Amino acid sequence: MATEHDTAASPVKGGAAPGRPPAGAPAEAAKKRARLSRRWQRDMRWSPYAFVSPFFLLFIAFGLFPLIYTGWASLHQVELTAPTDMSWVGLKNYTRIFDDDFFWNAAKNTLTIGIISTVPQLLMAMGLAHILNYKLRASTFWRVVMLAPYATSIAAASLVFVLLFGRDYGMINWVLGFVGIDNIDWQNDHWASQLAVSSIVIWRWTGYNALIYLAAMQAIPQDLYESAALDGASRWRQFVHVTLPSLRPTILFTVIVSTIGASQVFGEPLLFDATKGASGGSQHQFQTLGLYLYEQGWVNQHLGRASAIAWTMFLILIVIGIVNSVISRRLRASS
Amino acid sequence: MTTTLTKPPAEPAPPPPPRRTPRSKASRAGGHLHAGPIAYLILALFTFGSLAPLVWTAIAASRDNQRLAQTPPPLWFGANLFDKLEMAWTDANLGEAFLNTTIVAGISAVTIVFLSTIAGFAFAKLRFKGRNALMLVVIGTMMVPPQLSIIPLYMMVAELGWTDQLQAVILPSLVSAFGVFFMRQYLIQALPDEIIEAARVDGASSWRVVWHVVFPAARPAMAVLGMLMFVQTWNDFLWPFLVLTQNGSPTVQVAVAGLGRGFTPDQALIMAGALLGTLPLLIVFAIFGKQIVGGIMQGAVKG
Repeated sequence: MATEHDTAASPVKGGAAPGRPPAGAPAEAAKKRARLSRRWQRDMRWSPYAFVSPFFLLFIAFGLFPLIYTGWASLHQVELTAPTDMSWVGLKNYTRIFDDDFFWNAAKNTLTIGIISTVPQLLMAMGLAHILNYKLRASTFWRVVMLAPYATSIAAASLVFVLLFGRDYGMINWVLGFVGIDNIDWQNDHWASQLAVSSIVIWRWTGYNALIYLAAMQAIPQDLYESAALDGASRWRQFVHVTLPSLRPTILFTVIVSTIGASQVFGEPLLFDATKGASGGSQHQFQTLGLYLYEQGWVNQHLGRASAIAWTMFLILIVIGIVNSVISRRLRASS
Repeated sequence: MTTTLTKPPAEPAPPPPPRRTPRSKASRAGGHLHAGPIAYLILALFTFGSLAPLVWTAIAASRDNQRLAQTPPPLWFGANLFDKLEMAWTDANLGEAFLNTTIVAGISAVTIVFLSTIAGFAFAKLRFKGRNALMLVVIGTMMVPPQLSIIPLYMMVAELGWTDQLQAVILPSLVSAFGVFFMRQYLIQALPDEIIEAARVDGASSWRVVWHVVFPAARPAMAVLGMLMFVQTWNDFLWPFLVLTQNGSPTVQVAVAGLGRGFTPDQALIMAGALLGTLPLLIVFAIFGKQIVGGIMQGAVKG
């Protein structure tokens, strides 16, 4: 704690006890009051920083510092078995992954799985939110039910979906059989396996995103709809011209969050793989960047190379973020 | 990203202004329109999609390998459910896993709620230099995916000899920009400035204001944030999977994943493990679903 000396020099202006010190006998009391006032000022000035500092300290220790250190490690050769033993290799890790077909394969898979999982998910969430926004019987029940997949962990969901997507005895192929579709090899077929992995993501997150859209829809003032209705706008036109524009910030938010999420997909492809490796299927057909990072770092034990993959992902995300903000600014300017 | 929190309209809708005619009400696409049968049909389909995989997990867990390798797949429960649950419980070390996960998720939820409330209070109600810039930094940190930090964190854990120790999972989980943001949004509207002023006039220090004014006012939001963080930590997979081993001190997710990736050929057993790992949260959602839904929606609204 600071002592009297710290603040003795600081001018006392304003403060909690601004009363003029009465002359003579109560000088002692005045001094005390001034001291209290100084303490009060110190409190007003510094306690906000004290309140926010734990978050920032934790973020620096477990977010920022590791992020930067990943960049440093990516310039070294580091083995998993001796992670403190680093030897400088410059950009070799980067040139190596750029020549690596598996890296590009994983990047491509991350992009396609990202699109297959995010686009239908957000579209369905929007439709679902629109319905949940009607006056419903048991509205809480429907909302909670939509959230049940969100309560299910990646691990549990992925293991269940492996069985559901079984080639010979899986439920999904059995149902598809009724409409005359032959058994699909959800593990080994390129697109089918990516669809299956994406469906785990879609299943877990659609309800959650629907609630986020629903919250934004409920914040739209009713008079907007009323005046649109008075202008003779149909319900579909009201949705397009009132609901969607009002939801634009929320849509952007969910797109950003989902993009970040899609770049990180890891547990689903790891656990969906019936071969139980980290290669994302026998032909790497659904290996994502997150999974490739894990394979390089923890299976092949090259933490330096894994760091280079992490930083490349980071740079890609920054580029996506810049593109995203440019597009959203254009959209805002055009409206 | 400027944000304002709007509370979802209270359950009894405010009485409509008199000029609203029934006709204009019927042609609005907004929130006060009654749902038709098609809306209910779509909801029923989504409900089926949400719940069917979970129910089928239990069905598969009640069968055995032989039955699971037949067409058509089982559509109703068999006789093995409790046997398989018991086997999964012992095989996957689930007792210890539950204890570990409860410790991890509990400590991390309580700490996040506490730190987020004081930080959220500062951002919502106190004036200080750099407040807006710092809040932007908080929101910016939400954009940094945790996966990019795991390699140095793993090195740290290895260096400190923390492999298979719970603090290795707890400490990195304490960073929650969402929590700060969430509490700030709540306190902006839930905590009137006058109450803080009144406490100040009585000579209360900032800490006393936090204890006696902010915490009581923030209690509902703290409960919701606590539940959300508990769920998130409970389901966390990648990082616990890297630093905790199945035979050391696993969390539930590590134990369940270990069951799936191990060499047990017993599919019903794996399903039983998945079911056990999910059940506690499903129960939490069944009891506190309304609050959790409200919390997610409150944290979501962007102005």
